[in-house]
Amino acid sequence: MTPHCRYVLRLADTNLVLAQRLGAWVGHAPALEEDLGIANVSLDLLGQARLLLTHAGELEARGRGEDALAYLREESEYLNLTLVEQPNGDFGDTIVRQFLFDAWQLELYGKLALSKDEKLAAIAAKGAREATYHLRYSGGWLMRLGDGTAESHGRVAESLARLWPFTNELFDGDEVDRAVSAAGIGPDPESLRDGWLRHVEEVLAGATLTQPAAATFGWYGKQGRHSEHLGYLLAEMQSLHRAHPGAAW
Amino acid sequence: MYTQGLDSLGKDCLRGEAQDGAALESRFQSRVDAEEKIEAKDWMPEAYRRTLIRQISQHAHSEIVGMLPEGNWITRAPSLLRKAILIAKVQDEGGHGAYLYSATETLGVSRDQLVEQLLEGKAKYSSIFNYPTPTWADVGAIGWLVDGAAIMNQIPLCRCSYGPYARAMVRICKEESFHQRQGYEIMLRLARGTDSQRAMAQAALDRWWWPSLMMFGPSDSESRHSAQSMRWKIKRFSNDELRQKFVDTTVPQADFLGLKVPDPELRWDDNAGHYRFGPIDWNEFEQVLQGHGPCNRERLEARRRAQDEGRWVRDAASAWAAKREAEGKTRAA
Amino acid sequence: MTDSTKEWPLYEIFIRAKSGLDHKHVGSLHATDARMALEHARDLYTRRQEGVSIWAVRSADIVASDPADADAFFEPARDKVYRHPTFYEIPDEVKTL
Repeated sequence: MTPHCRYVLRLADTNLVLAQRLGAWVGHAPALEEDLGIANVSLDLLGQARLLLTHAGELEARGRGEDALAYLREESEYLNLTLVEQPNGDFGDTIVRQFLFDAWQLELYGKLALSKDEKLAAIAAKGAREATYHLRYSGGWLMRLGDGTAESHGRVAESLARLWPFTNELFDGDEVDRAVSAAGIGPDPESLRDGWLRHVEEVLAGATLTQPAAATFGWYGKQGRHSEHLGYLLAEMQSLHRAHPGAAW
Repeated sequence: MYTQGLDSLGKDCLRGEAQDGAALESRFQSRVDAEEKIEAKDWMPEAYRRTLIRQISQHAHSEIVGMLPEGNWITRAPSLLRKAILIAKVQDEGGHGAYLYSATETLGVSRDQLVEQLLEGKAKYSSIFNYPTPTWADVGAIGWLVDGAAIMNQIPLCRCSYGPYARAMVRICKEESFHQRQGYEIMLRLARGTDSQRAMAQAALDRWWWPSLMMFGPSDSESRHSAQSMRWKIKRFSNDELRQKFVDTTVPQADFLGLKVPDPELRWDDNAGHYRFGPIDWNEFEQVLQGHGPCNRERLEARRRAQDEGRWVRDAASAWAAKREAEGKTRAA
Repeated sequence: MTDSTKEWPLYEIFIRAKSGLDHKHVGSLHATDARMALEHARDLYTRRQEGVSIWAVRSADIVASDPADADAFFEPARDKVYRHPTFYEIPDEVKTL
């Protein structure tokens, strides 16, 4: 698999896994309006994932479409960021995970819209509009929870501490990133850090939360080395499809 | 009486009410007969208001509870397209619940109070959502049969006498068109698929056929509310009429799928121009309505859990807004 | 009993479906602040067509005229949108819905 293909698959898998996580909230959110809001984000991310998976399949040129890629690869073949496979937890955990991701994705799509890969650029251009809205949604909620009640503040402070270690991976470049960056297909991940931090600092200030200390342990989901959570997520997601090999739905 | 909550206006209204009650009722009925819409601030009989609150809120509760049996399959949908369609459909159902709570609130109750009644087991919602969805085919069956039945009910309601309810129904019917289609499409793929897919589809039809017929409610002679609701144009067709229409429309659809309707007495009556069908087990309907159906407990528990576990979130949002108001800032969009 | 002071306030929503049209009342929703009201309105009322503009107003802030019925009991003064004010009481009959 070429670095180009791997890179696109990383973006696709990250969106798909997060969309899958959010999909589990529908019908169980704290308010009816949030069921709709979360479903909206899930649908946007799933839509982006499907386009990215199809594109990756074309780059791979082995005849794998979106469903073959989504349902027939196992954990070590999934290249999503470890952050997005973390469990939903409570609404605070979900919002913190979402916010940290949205701030990153907005920065990423801004640069990806200039990619030499035209398809990727188009996906990113549309995705950037969606990411702008998602960031507003998750950022708004993080502020409400951080500066709401004593209980809500305590809860999201813990969520932030729990999820912060997964943010290192957002900016860690490896040889795939270097190849893709050299070819003008995607930005150097480190170049996204400043923009991301600006969003984070602004919203954490509004949320009266402090930035946790940097974590030292590295996560490598985008290289196929995941936390324990992805296995369960994929088992649930893939079980029906795998139970009927070759069937159409 | 309807005057409750009107503060200082209460006394005057009571006096006036006693004097002109009959005239008001008669004027009200003429408006309804003339197909005029009644709006939130128009005079209405207290019983009309109560009936509407009951009917619209039951409809709203049904949409919300209805998100659960299908939402159950979002994480396991067998293709990404099906997953996307299902999320959109369940999202729509939540939206429909919101429109209907909105319409109910125009009548002087708050959504919180209605939801409290639901969670305390005091409010009714459509019996159909107390059945389990053990397989993917059940998602298809719900879209095809349950949404199909709902559409039969909903289209006439677009012309009901109460303005806010009628307008909510128009919006809902516009969005509903894709729901039934997606359900039928799922069934079609299954029916034309592998042997195990076909068996899955037939088993789902076997499970959902009779509960879908029960959705229309008992025969109107048994129903307490029917006659008055018809007169007030809150109900436009009888339960039996709608049920018959549903059977006549749906049986050919089952035939097209190559699936068998689980009714040994089902037959086409050429003279009547209708399908004749077997007896409905109204005892099962009663049991489910009383809370003894297969999933009643689970459904309400899921809603209670969402409500309880979300309380800190709702409180935080209210607290945040109160702080901002106190600071004299209003967050602009 | 519900603590109604904690309930998210009701907002009325008006959408301009496309440029050139008026804002039209589409319904209501619950939100705690203006920003949330607009986001909720977008998710609830513009899922199928991007409305170009959304207005959200707290229901309690709307003043309304009398109903057309000349025999209405209400004084032709400032009145709320719905018959009942924002702090609702459910009549006893309704509890046995």
